[in-house]
Amino acid sequence: MKDRPPIIAPGYTSASVTDKISAVVLRGTPRWWFAAFGAAFLLVMLLLFTLGHLFLRGIGIYGVNIPVGWGWDITNFVWWIGIGHAGTLISAILLLLRQDWRNSINRFAEAMTLFAVACAGIYPVAHLGRPWVLYWLLPYPSTMGVWPQFRSPLVWDVFAVSTYATISLLFWFVGLIPDLATLRDRSRHRFARIVYGILAMGWRGSARHWHNYESAYLMLAGLATPLVVSVHSVVSFDFAVGVVPGWHSTIFPPYFVAGAIFSGFAMVLTLAIPLRALFGLEDFITDRHLQNMAKVMLATGLIVTYGYLIEIFMAWYGDNRYDMYMSVNRMLGPYAFQFWSLIACNVIAPQVLWIKRVRRSPAFLFVIAIVVNIGMWLERYVIIVTSLHRDFLPSSWGMYSGTIWDYSTFLGTIGLFLALMFLFIRFLPMISIFEMRAILPEARAEEVKE
Amino acid sequence: MTRRQPHRLYGMMAEFATPGDLVAAAEAARSAGYRRMDAFTPFPIERLSEALGHRPSRVPMLVLIGGIIGALAGYGLQYWISAVTYPLNVGGRPYNSWPAFIPVTFEVTILIAGIFTVFGMLALNGLPTPYHPVFNVARFALASRDRYFLCIESKDPKFDEAATRAFLADLRPSGVFDVEP
Repeated sequence: MKDRPPIIAPGYTSASVTDKISAVVLRGTPRWWFAAFGAAFLLVMLLLFTLGHLFLRGIGIYGVNIPVGWGWDITNFVWWIGIGHAGTLISAILLLLRQDWRNSINRFAEAMTLFAVACAGIYPVAHLGRPWVLYWLLPYPSTMGVWPQFRSPLVWDVFAVSTYATISLLFWFVGLIPDLATLRDRSRHRFARIVYGILAMGWRGSARHWHNYESAYLMLAGLATPLVVSVHSVVSFDFAVGVVPGWHSTIFPPYFVAGAIFSGFAMVLTLAIPLRALFGLEDFITDRHLQNMAKVMLATGLIVTYGYLIEIFMAWYGDNRYDMYMSVNRMLGPYAFQFWSLIACNVIAPQVLWIKRVRRSPAFLFVIAIVVNIGMWLERYVIIVTSLHRDFLPSSWGMYSGTIWDYSTFLGTIGLFLALMFLFIRFLPMISIFEMRAILPEARAEEVKE
Repeated sequence: MTRRQPHRLYGMMAEFATPGDLVAAAEAARSAGYRRMDAFTPFPIERLSEALGHRPSRVPMLVLIGGIIGALAGYGLQYWISAVTYPLNVGGRPYNSWPAFIPVTFEVTILIAGIFTVFGMLALNGLPTPYHPVFNVARFALASRDRYFLCIESKDPKFDEAATRAFLADLRPSGVFDVEP
């Protein structure tokens, strides 16, 4: 316990924390930023090009057909939405559990949530076939007199994902208000002062403000905690409520939620490790943070592993020939390579996190995080494709593979995610300044006195 | 700008270097009989609200109201659509299939409660505030960095420019400022 690194390096004061974090935004743009943002922006162009092509030519440009009607699209949708869940976990659940190490990573984890949900949202819409009538998903009094069918998980999904996006945005913005006020007060540029001033809405850090603010923040955390669990449960219902072998399983909701947190923490590490090095923020995002995240990743990875084992066990124990065939087909069929790669990435690779030396090495953690990201993508691919491609009737079996347009959509959303992330770290404080002040020794001294 | 009449001041503000000094000053001001005052800090300090005598926040009540509205609206929407205006037979299930309506009811509950939380908090705080006199004090920009301020408003019945200035100076602040309206 004694050699645990601190959650903030010693010697910082409220002033130096403020200056150091706001300097990232207020000092000029580093040259690498233009290159990095430019590269991401090119991928955004690729995304727009692909979507343009998709809207002109139709869904046929993707590899999906009968029997495999869901392919890369829904894989990517679930992958992105899962990534978002770690942000909510860090900002809401760890707040309720009073884990104050979250204070230096919650802001960009929340931003990650928001951008991941934005990327996820593109897929179901692109996949509609007629995306221009996507408003048919919403209950509104149409002249056709038709309404959504609320017994369908696909309709639940619309409500779950849109609520999640709204609440994540509100939570993120509420967290930003005091920091926007700091930027308004610190920035010397007139235009910046006006923009931050408008966004801060006249926040002045009054005791009365903080009183309501803290209450609202806690309430939002309390609302977001069950919400995040519900969102991935509803996503898993998209599968579990169907009758397809490999989907129709009660383990899906908990197993999906654990997988979401697993992949989300992997993504937080993927972002945090390079960011803290680029901006010299090792004093705020310390090795302790990386180690804690590695531990969460290991724990959720084990839950996911349990999910894989239970799926196989239930297929055998349930004595249903279609389920049994599905399990065998997953392991030995035409997609066996993807299945075993996913096992290598999600089950075997994270086991090195038991070793303390690995948890302490940012470079090693970065590699593991990337491997888990890939593994979790493969997991969704395997669940979707291997279940659909051989279901009940051998006469309607088929094979599936993505097309170049599937790849370009995926690359495009990665570009969109990175471009939004680069804009965020350039214009907004990527670490919550006021929450960092609150964990400083000078603020702590006040609490202890009581 | 010409110096205004003393009674035209918004209030009197004292600056402190540590949160402890500010809490002590707020307690002293309250026991001296001042009521219309506010403190400004770079991060939330729980004891400050007690020291200033603030009542418990009304945000949780708003969240509850929002949640109840959301739950009723969410279920009501589904009931009205599925059982009243557009009854569909889906696999022989009842029109009012309440178990299937739970997920959307839950999501709408959270959505409306969350919106009530955020906009309720902003409304209770009077935000957005396009103009506020405390910003007329140049040093006040540090309230969002590392300084702690206590402001006694001139609306306080006990406020008297000379006496209040002397009172604040007695609390060993690092500065006392007039707050122009």
